[in-house]
Amino acid sequence: MSVLKYLLQKEFRQIFRDPSILKIIFIMPALQLIIIPLAADYEVRNINLSIADHDHSVYTQQMIQKIKSSGYFKLVNYSSTFQEAFTSIESDKADIVLEIPANFEQNIVREDHASLFIAVNAVNGMKANLGASYLQNIILNYNNQIRTKWIQFPPIPPQTNIKVSVSNWFNPMMSYKYFMVPAVLATLLTLLGTFLTALNIVREKEIGTIEQINVTPVKKYHFILGKLIPFWILGLAVLTIGFLIMRFGYQIHPVGNMLIVYLFASLYLLVILGLGLLISTYADTQQQAMLISFFLLMIFIMLGGLFTSIDSMPDWVQKLTWLNPVSYFIEVIRMVVLKGSGLSDIKNHIFVIIGFAIFLNSWAVWNYKKTT
Amino acid sequence: MINQNVIIAEGLTKIFGNFVAVDHISFEVAKGEIFGFLGANGAGKTTAMRMLCGLSTPSSGKATVAGFDLFKDTEQIKKSIGYMSQKFSLYEDLTIRENIQFYGGIYGLSKKQIQEKTTYLVEHLHLQNYQNSLVKSLPLGWKQKLAFSVAIVHDPAIVFLDEPTGGVDPVTRREFWELIYDASERGITVFVTTHYMDEAEYCNRVSIMVDGRIEALDTPQNLKKTFNSLSMDEVFLKLARKAVRGE
Repeated sequence: MSVLKYLLQKEFRQIFRDPSILKIIFIMPALQLIIIPLAADYEVRNINLSIADHDHSVYTQQMIQKIKSSGYFKLVNYSSTFQEAFTSIESDKADIVLEIPANFEQNIVREDHASLFIAVNAVNGMKANLGASYLQNIILNYNNQIRTKWIQFPPIPPQTNIKVSVSNWFNPMMSYKYFMVPAVLATLLTLLGTFLTALNIVREKEIGTIEQINVTPVKKYHFILGKLIPFWILGLAVLTIGFLIMRFGYQIHPVGNMLIVYLFASLYLLVILGLGLLISTYADTQQQAMLISFFLLMIFIMLGGLFTSIDSMPDWVQKLTWLNPVSYFIEVIRMVVLKGSGLSDIKNHIFVIIGFAIFLNSWAVWNYKKTT
Repeated sequence: MINQNVIIAEGLTKIFGNFVAVDHISFEVAKGEIFGFLGANGAGKTTAMRMLCGLSTPSSGKATVAGFDLFKDTEQIKKSIGYMSQKFSLYEDLTIRENIQFYGGIYGLSKKQIQEKTTYLVEHLHLQNYQNSLVKSLPLGWKQKLAFSVAIVHDPAIVFLDEPTGGVDPVTRREFWELIYDASERGITVFVTTHYMDEAEYCNRVSIMVDGRIEALDTPQNLKKTFNSLSMDEVFLKLARKAVRGE
C-alpha cells in the first residue's frame, strides 16, 4: 500500500505544479459549460423571410403583420414578383419565400378558399424545416381567425375541429437549457477524463520516466491505480463545479437526488479513465494518443444523444449506442435532473457501466507491458 | 559465497523481425566488479542491457541476474538492480528531495531510510542549497550524478548504467567515476556502457561488442597486449572497424 501512497503523492505534486494543466482542468470546462448551452439551442429564430405579394390587399397586410409579430421571422425582402423574391434565396439573404397570389383576398371572401406558396431554402435543413412549419402554423391560425369572423353564428359548425393540446412533462416550458446543460456537463467530463489520462501516461513514455518505473518492482496495478485515483478525484471536482454552474448559473433545480448522479458519475469516471488508460497502452506518442482519443470520443459524443435523439436514429445505430458509455451517462443525468428518477430506475444503467469499467480497466492492465 | 558471479549470460539473443540485435552473447560478471560494456552505436549494447534489466524479453538464451532467472523471476531481479537509462529519467518537475523520496518509496524503503538517504545524498553530492529546486533547473552533469545516486538509492546488487556520462564535461565525468568507485567499494556491481576510452581504462574488465556479438572480453591491460595496442582507443578501433552494419 505504501508504494501506492508514493505514486499518488508524486502524481498530485506534478498536477498542482503545472498551472496550465490546472487551468485546463477547472476553468476550461466551466467556461464551456457557460457558453455551449447558450449556443446549442434547437429553437430557430431570425428566419429570413422574403415575401412576393401579388395581391396587395388588407388581408395580406394583416397576415404579414401577424407573421412579423410572431418574433420568429425577419422580413428581408418584400416585392411584387416571385422572381425577385427568389433571388433573395439564391443570394442567401432569405431562408423562405412566401408567395401570395393575386386575388388572395377575393378568393377567401367569395370562394372561401385560397392557396399560398412557400419555397424553402433547404441548405440549412433544420432551419428550413422548422421555419416552414412555424409559418404554416401562423397562417393556419390566421385562417381560423378569418373564418370565425365571417361565419359568426353558424347553425351547424361547417367543419368539426379536432383540437389537440400538448403538455410537456418534466420540462413544461420546453426550455432547452434543462435538456442541454446536464448533457453538456456529461460530455465535458468525458472529454477531460479521457484526454488527461491518456496524455499523462503517454507523456511519461515520451520522457522516458515510465521505463525507469518499469525497471522497479512497482506492480502494474499499483501504477495504474496511481494514475486512476488522482484523475478520478479531479473528475469529481469538475463535476461539482459543473453542478454549481447548473444550479446557480442556469437556475436548474434538479428534481432528483444529486447523490445518485454522483454515485453514477463516480462509476462512469472509472469507465472513462479506463478508456484513457487503454489508449495510452497502445499509443507511443502524445500525437497518437490525441488522434485515437479524438476519433473515439467523436463517435461516442455524436452517438451519445447530446444533439440528436437516440430514439430517432436508425435501428442498427441504436444497437451500437448500447456500446457507448456516454449515452448511458447522458441519459442518467437527464433522468435524474429533469424527471427525478431514483436508484431503482437507473439500476440497469449502473450494472452496464460497472461492466464497462471492469472490462476497459482489465484490458488496460493486461495490455500495459512492463517488459517488451 | 559459492557463486561470486552476479550476472551469468549464456547465448543471450534478441531478434527483432529479421534483425539480430544481440547474437548469442555469453559472459559472467563478478560481484563488486566494474564491467565495461563497449561497442559502436548500434552494436546492441543497449538491447543487451535492457534484457538483463528485465525490460525486454530475450528471444533465446539463458541468464541469471543477482541469482535470479531472467525468464522466471523478472520481478525479483527488479528489486536487486538499479538502472540508469540513456534518456534522463528523473522527474524534472519534481525537486531533488521529491525525486529521492519517490524512488526510495517505490523501492519500498521505510520513511526513516528515505530520510537518511536523502540527507546523505544531498550532502554527498553537495546539493544542500538546491535540494528544493526543481530537477530541470540543474546543469546536466549534476542531473547525471543525481540520477546515478537515485538509481542506487535502494542499495541494489547491480547497477546498470547506459552511457551515463554522455555530453558531460571532463571534470564532472571524473566526479561521476568517483561515485562509481564508491558504489563498487560498497559491493555494488557496476555494469556500464560508454564511448569514452579513458573510462574503459577505469573498468576492471571490458567487453567489446561488434554487430551484436562480443568480440573481446578481458582486462584493459590484457586487451591492449592481445591486440598489440598502446591504448584502449586503438583496441576499440581495430575491433569496431570490422563492423558490417551501420547505425
